[in-house]
Amino acid sequence: MFDSELFLEALPVLLKAFVEVTLVVTVLGSLLAAVLGLVWAIALRELPAAIGRPLRWVLDFIRMTPLPVHLLVVYYAFTQISPKTVGILVIGIHYSTYMAESYRSGIDSIRSGQWEAATALSLPRSRTWRAVILPQAIRNTLPSLGNWAIAMFKDTPFLIFISVPEMVTAARVFGGRNFSYIEAMTVAGLLFLLASYPTAVLMQKLEKKLAY
Amino acid sequence: MPTDSTPTTEAATSTDPAPRIEFEDVEKKFGKTTVLKDLNFTIGRGERVTLIGPSGSGKTTILRLLMTLEDLTDGYIWVDGDPLTHDRRDGKRVELKPKQIAQVRKRIGMVFQQFNLFPNMSVLDNITEAPIHVLGQSKDEAKENALTLLDRVGLRNRADAHPTQLSGGQQQRVAIARALAMDPEILLLDEVTSALDPELVGDVLGVLEDVAETTDITMLIVTHEMQFARDVSQRVMMFDGGQIVEEAPPEEMFTRPKNERTQKFLEAII
Ligand SMILES: Nc1ncnc2c1ncn2[C@@H]1O[C@H](COP(=O)(O)OP(=O)(O)O)[C@@H](O)[C@H]1O
Ligand SMILES: [Mg+2]
Repeated sequence: MFDSELFLEALPVLLKAFVEVTLVVTVLGSLLAAVLGLVWAIALRELPAAIGRPLRWVLDFIRMTPLPVHLLVVYYAFTQISPKTVGILVIGIHYSTYMAESYRSGIDSIRSGQWEAATALSLPRSRTWRAVILPQAIRNTLPSLGNWAIAMFKDTPFLIFISVPEMVTAARVFGGRNFSYIEAMTVAGLLFLLASYPTAVLMQKLEKKLAY
Repeated sequence: MPTDSTPTTEAATSTDPAPRIEFEDVEKKFGKTTVLKDLNFTIGRGERVTLIGPSGSGKTTILRLLMTLEDLTDGYIWVDGDPLTHDRRDGKRVELKPKQIAQVRKRIGMVFQQFNLFPNMSVLDNITEAPIHVLGQSKDEAKENALTLLDRVGLRNRADAHPTQLSGGQQQRVAIARALAMDPEILLLDEVTSALDPELVGDVLGVLEDVAETTDITMLIVTHEMQFARDVSQRVMMFDGGQIVEEAPPEEMFTRPKNERTQKFLEAII
């Protein structure tokens, strides 16, 4: 039933797809999402309602519609961009809307006294964000950002919709060629687990380290 | 009233300087609730005034208006004759731009009941943050000043500690040092010992008494510590329902209050 030779054969093939696509998309996508999410969260607090409200609609719309749909729309709309780049951009933007919510609750959790003390010291708004609010808010937000990055990682198989050869696609191809899917899929599952679990542990460690 | 911009430095010698603080027909509403109405008073340069009155009488609101933490609904607040948030031009009330507001606000410092130190910064950084980024002091200069101030509040050896490692009384002394580091002309103190364990109150009041003795900072103090009010302030204003119901020097106010509401209030808290 389970062919351990096939298993060992699948390993390097899938590992390559894992590193080249899954990992690259997740790392770059997470960075994009973390930066954009912060921009959205600050913009929603600082911009006048005339701009802030439409921005909120757009973000809500993105967050509440499925990722594969976004992937397909952008894939067909921008055929000149490589599918992998489309994947990074779309996944990054999609997850930035979730991360924006995490940042927002992190920012909201800062007591008003912190803002007031900054005002009483005449700190400029930008300095208040940078030196007072964000260091505290991001510390509160980090665990949640880590969870979104892991969720993103698990969403990378959606790249199959836009023909990016990510790991699960590679496992399917490998399985088809060898008339047995279980070995390659097991490898894929293990690789996901091997990457997610240490990340989760790392996030917890980081969280503890950041506590003051 | 005052429209000419008199120099804002110590003007004890100049002729008839504008008062340090003037509230003119101040009105403050929260939604539909009017908290302050037609409030008028002045505070002289270097004067130290204690605000007393029952909870909800508007004392905190007055301090927060001065610190620009609340928006004025109507009227004017003048600081050394300069408009704080609204100016009068051709008889019209005009809101100032944030930059202009920031200029006058720099002369005012505040210490809060809950300290509000920045927990992500060391004690030293809490104190040097604004001098460096608002006053443009060099890091060395700001640090030296901060250490001098920490000496003054008896916490020089805690410069590298984080606020969470300090007792409430120590945190409040750091908050006082932080406010003083901006070299304010006006210091607002809102029940700064109310959140402290009783045994920690004395140190904080001691620091403030020292500040009162050794500087000519104008102080607006909200406190329930009547002995402290007596020791440091030249005038006590009794508020009720957003109105000044009585004002007098502390000895007079505390021994022979004229107004019935003042009498009742003082009886209740002493
Ligand atoms: N942010 C606010 N929103 C609504 N009402 C407020 C707010 N702040 C203060 N008030 C009301 O204003 C009145 C005066 O409050 P405050 O200035 O805090 O009084 P005090 O400091 O003398 O106890 C109270 O009735 C209080 O409920
Ligand atoms: Mg109060």
